[in-house]
Amino acid sequence: MSLDTATVRRVASLARIRVEESELPRLEAELNGILGWIEQLQAVDTSSVEPMAGGGNQALRMREDRVTDGDMQEKVLANAPDRAGAFFAVPKVVE
Amino acid sequence: MTAPTDFTLAGARAALARREISAAELTRAHLAAIEALNPRLNAYISATPELALAQAEAADAALARGEGRALTGIPLAIKDLFCTAGTRTTAGSRILGNFVPPYESTVSGNLLRDGAVFLGKANLDEFAMGSSNTTSAFGPVENPWKREGEAETFLVPGGSSGGSAAAVAARLALGATATDTGGSIRQPAAFCGIAGIKPTYGRCSRFGIVAFASSLDQAGPVARTVEDCAILLGSMAGFDPKDSTSADIAVPDFAAACARGVKGLRIGIPREYRLDGLPAEIAALWEQGMAWLKAEGAELVEISLPHTKYALPTYYIVAPAEASSNLARYDGVRFGLRENGEDLKDLYERTRAAGFGEEVRRRILIGTYVLSAGYYDAYYLKAQQVRALIKRDFDQAWEKVDAILTPATPSAAFGRDEKQDDPVAMYLNDVFTVTANLAGIPGLAVPAGQDVKGLPLGLQVLGKPFDEETVFAVGGAIERAAGFTALPALRAAA
Repeated sequence: MSLDTATVRRVASLARIRVEESELPRLEAELNGILGWIEQLQAVDTSSVEPMAGGGNQALRMREDRVTDGDMQEKVLANAPDRAGAFFAVPKVVE
Repeated sequence: MTAPTDFTLAGARAALARREISAAELTRAHLAAIEALNPRLNAYISATPELALAQAEAADAALARGEGRALTGIPLAIKDLFCTAGTRTTAGSRILGNFVPPYESTVSGNLLRDGAVFLGKANLDEFAMGSSNTTSAFGPVENPWKREGEAETFLVPGGSSGGSAAAVAARLALGATATDTGGSIRQPAAFCGIAGIKPTYGRCSRFGIVAFASSLDQAGPVARTVEDCAILLGSMAGFDPKDSTSADIAVPDFAAACARGVKGLRIGIPREYRLDGLPAEIAALWEQGMAWLKAEGAELVEISLPHTKYALPTYYIVAPAEASSNLARYDGVRFGLRENGEDLKDLYERTRAAGFGEEVRRRILIGTYVLSAGYYDAYYLKAQQVRALIKRDFDQAWEKVDAILTPATPSAAFGRDEKQDDPVAMYLNDVFTVTANLAGIPGLAVPAGQDVKGLPLGLQVLGKPFDEETVFAVGGAIERAAGFTALPALRAAA
């Protein structure tokens, strides 16, 4: 599988990263270099192998579903680039 | 008398207990060393001298009251990936350049609980993505070691924990925290002639560590001796309800295990790690390591880890995929950098283009692609299946051996301008280390020799899940046999 320019543009949009048109050819070549190298995995027989999702052996713990902290509005908002009162502020979304 | 910056961590602890030196003196010596050498090495992104001196005074007061804990008065560097309450935490990225966490990571909090002094935040590859510490938005770190006859050649310290490793090697800290997703503790430790351990996945809490690839990330220490690493890990480790993957398993006395010896242990030598084109010096060091362990009474057993060659390509699917989801949070809305745009999507896209460096953008794009509709099974699911096979290789090996010995890296430290053009060539640095992250097992790098130019080379010991004690025992034996006493060209009190 190899990426074309349109796919690189689409992936960048999905990733919400602005890519200038002039950067696309180099990016396309680099990503194809990496994907070409990754391609060797297709040679491994993985039929009937359970995929390994986590890093550990243990099943995730269950916990009681209750609130254990809170009342930290100022801490939560302390690093906001822009705020309006007790809210994060963003450009107008709905006309 | 020993210069305060030349103490081992264990030695400093003993001197503090005997009141031969105060925590304030020890801290001031390290702060002076940082002031003198950090402008060149760039090992710290932020030094925190006022905080360090206040912590040192509190440590002296505690020692005077007879209330010293495991690390009371010990000056450390904290990788700038660990959130530190009230101290800027950047992850080496422009996008977090002004972020001041309102909370403390569990690991750094554990060190504070045990009385440690924080000298500052250590430089790293951006979001811990790199093997040379050249992707940091705060500039590259210089390796304090020099090739013989090349005093001016800028060598990399390895990465991603390059600042941590350089700071400890140059004696700008007695030890440091680090993290390892594919080799980011062990490769820089080897490049800088110090020890470093990535413990078992789940041993150290990930709470408050800026996330890269959550199923692979583990915190661990770097320090100048194996015992010092064991002391630090003893404080850093432990169950934490705030990390759902934290293991509820008792923390043993790691430091006691270092002197245990290897008599009767079975040490695996994986044949697949004899790579084509492995430099003769690395192969010779590996042979030397085997001879040392055999002389100490260990039994060497040839083993096979047949899926080894697929580990790096597997990693370069799993890690970018997890990174692309983890880094989705950097959107210019709740914290960090914001670049204004025409609308919200434009704001996201401009913020992320301006805030992330080239390597981070590349990995997010790869991750987004392998998780996208139509490609998920071919790439991501396939990689998770191969990962299961890599883990199974190790599970089968543990039926025959107690630990595994390998080289730590395929080369010594390289120059800043080498290997930078081809991402895949850079990725090969982690060929010996990445399998431990995929399998979730502990791995320790120990300085064991020097190349023909005088640069340090390391060996790696891999162990069973939650059996860091055997790893420390083998590492301790290698350290004693190697008697590694060479010093970097750039260091405090030189």
